[in-house]
Amino acid sequence: MKPTTTRITDCFARAKAAGHPAFVAYLTMGYPTLAKSETAIEELLAGGADIIELGVPFSDPFADGAVIRSAAYEALRQEVTLDDVLALAARVRIRHPETPLVVFSYYNLILSKGPETFAAAAAEAGVDAVLVVDLPLEERDELLDVLRPHGLTLVPLIAPNTPIERVVASAEGLENSFLYIITVKGITGARAELPPELTARLQAIRAAVRVPIAAGFGVSTRAQAAEIGRHADGFIVGSALVKRLGETGSLAGELLA
Amino acid sequence: MNTALKSHYGIYGGQYVAETLMKPLADMEAAYAKAKADPEFQREFHEILCDYVGRESPLTCCRRLSASLGGAQIVLKREDLNHTGAHKVNNTIGQALLARRMGKRRLIAETGAGMHGVATATVAALFGIPCEVYMGAIDVKRQAPNVARMEMLGATVHAVSEGSATLKDAMNEAIRDWVTNCDDTFYVIGTVAGPHPYPAMVRDFQSVIGVEARRQCLEKFGRLPDQAIACVGGGSNAMGLFEGFLDDPSVRLVGVEAGGKGLATGEHAASINGGRLGVLHGAKTMLLQTDAGQIIDTYSVSAGLDYPGVGPEHCLLHDTGRAEYSVINDDEAIEAFDQLCRFEGIIPALESSHAVAEAIKRAPTLPPETILLVNLSGRGDKDLASIAAWKENHPSAIDSGR
Repeated sequence: MKPTTTRITDCFARAKAAGHPAFVAYLTMGYPTLAKSETAIEELLAGGADIIELGVPFSDPFADGAVIRSAAYEALRQEVTLDDVLALAARVRIRHPETPLVVFSYYNLILSKGPETFAAAAAEAGVDAVLVVDLPLEERDELLDVLRPHGLTLVPLIAPNTPIERVVASAEGLENSFLYIITVKGITGARAELPPELTARLQAIRAAVRVPIAAGFGVSTRAQAAEIGRHADGFIVGSALVKRLGETGSLAGELLA
Repeated sequence: MNTALKSHYGIYGGQYVAETLMKPLADMEAAYAKAKADPEFQREFHEILCDYVGRESPLTCCRRLSASLGGAQIVLKREDLNHTGAHKVNNTIGQALLARRMGKRRLIAETGAGMHGVATATVAALFGIPCEVYMGAIDVKRQAPNVARMEMLGATVHAVSEGSATLKDAMNEAIRDWVTNCDDTFYVIGTVAGPHPYPAMVRDFQSVIGVEARRQCLEKFGRLPDQAIACVGGGSNAMGLFEGFLDDPSVRLVGVEAGGKGLATGEHAASINGGRLGVLHGAKTMLLQTDAGQIIDTYSVSAGLDYPGVGPEHCLLHDTGRAEYSVINDDEAIEAFDQLCRFEGIIPALESSHAVAEAIKRAPTLPPETILLVNLSGRGDKDLASIAAWKENHPSAIDSGR
């Protein structure tokens, strides 16, 4: 049994001590190319990102909006696999020993590789946690029980309609993790406005659990990030970064509009 | 109907969905469990099946076809005679009744061949509920008459052009709609796939097929059939038929998957025979996928069987050996289609032709007192263009012409 790393816990603690919310950045690996993804991760970290979510492209991205779907299809045209993503994670880990790395995937890709084989390979690559879009609380033990002996953990998704007792159950027993709070009912993608009830929701969740919470879906501007940062430990940006990377080929400079 | 709602079938089934859908699924499960036990719901369901769908559907003995084969008697359960021309409507009536009970104001559906879309659009009109149907852009083209029917019935049809632009992509888009609008929208899934409670709910609504057929066999022949045969895409007509005979060990249950151009070519839709364990659209099930776990574009001449997964309960029936699953290729299905037309004056759906083909294969090897009950799940009017196109591309395929 490998001990769980403390990179995620430490990262949120550092951000808190520095007085800012943690910036969680998502990119679809292999878009526009694997090499560009790797460069973009360096740019993200130079630009202030704290945690990197490595999106694994899947043929049937039913939880994603148009931007991330197109990115996934493009990556799949180049036949990017889960193994490629783990190899890329291993290279990032060498350069950034402290940065939390979260593999963001649909479950079939992990099931297909074999959860045990995946867990061993992910741990070897220096991954800290796995976020699986379609693995809710009721089904997660089959993966979590395999991840734990390798020192890995899961990042649970919390939806706007998740009852608070279920939020508590989702956080239970997770070390070195955080809750991914989905801001709106729907799919990934930038939105002009965050829902007005979000503040109260974040406050209620924060009062109920001890693990850090970070909110995402629809976050694309500095103002939205700041708004979330007042009531959460971190914010997550995905589609906006993927879109910019696709349009300009780079994420150098200021990351948020 | 059994009353307990099971979420898993052995290692298969479950609820592999995004968290936002867990609450709507929990609400649906609770509402359905209540409705299932409510005599008033069941009375209304069966009243509509009788007065609107025209149930019960008859059993037809294929005398000329059976005589020509010289073996077992082939008997058809005539779901093709239902209003809208297929078994699909049994399920959409049940789900629409449930949607109405739950106060949902909008129905959405995915469709492949268009039969489930038509059946959903039909009940939406019947109940006065707005309806939107997602359909792969390729299917929109090859099943144009059904698109016209849905629109005539007042539904909005969205062509989905991304991914492989077929049924699985239509289902992805329907899920995206549902996750965004889950408060007021009811997602009417057309088969025994998807997350719990859909596989159980759709099976229950379709079980009317097997329950009727069992009673009809006893009345007509004084005995149960020896084999019950049905085609399997997602597997709802097969589960509906099997449900009537699960507790009759003497009845062999036979599911027929679409072999397309042949299992060896890789161009098929046979998930149980040619797939491996995976998770898609909310269920753990047998899936056609690459070594890396990407879902494969399936192929079958029949759009309604063109799905990379299969209902989880079929996987369990396969593993336990209670049901067997065979494969029928395009050419065999087309030949069976021709034979049923010529010998019996019945134009079957291409999907159902796969089940007919399996019976035609088995009949000559069996004694004449053997009864092969085949679920004729739909009529073939929608397929005339597909069949003409197939024959044009396969000039060497000999028209049996008997």
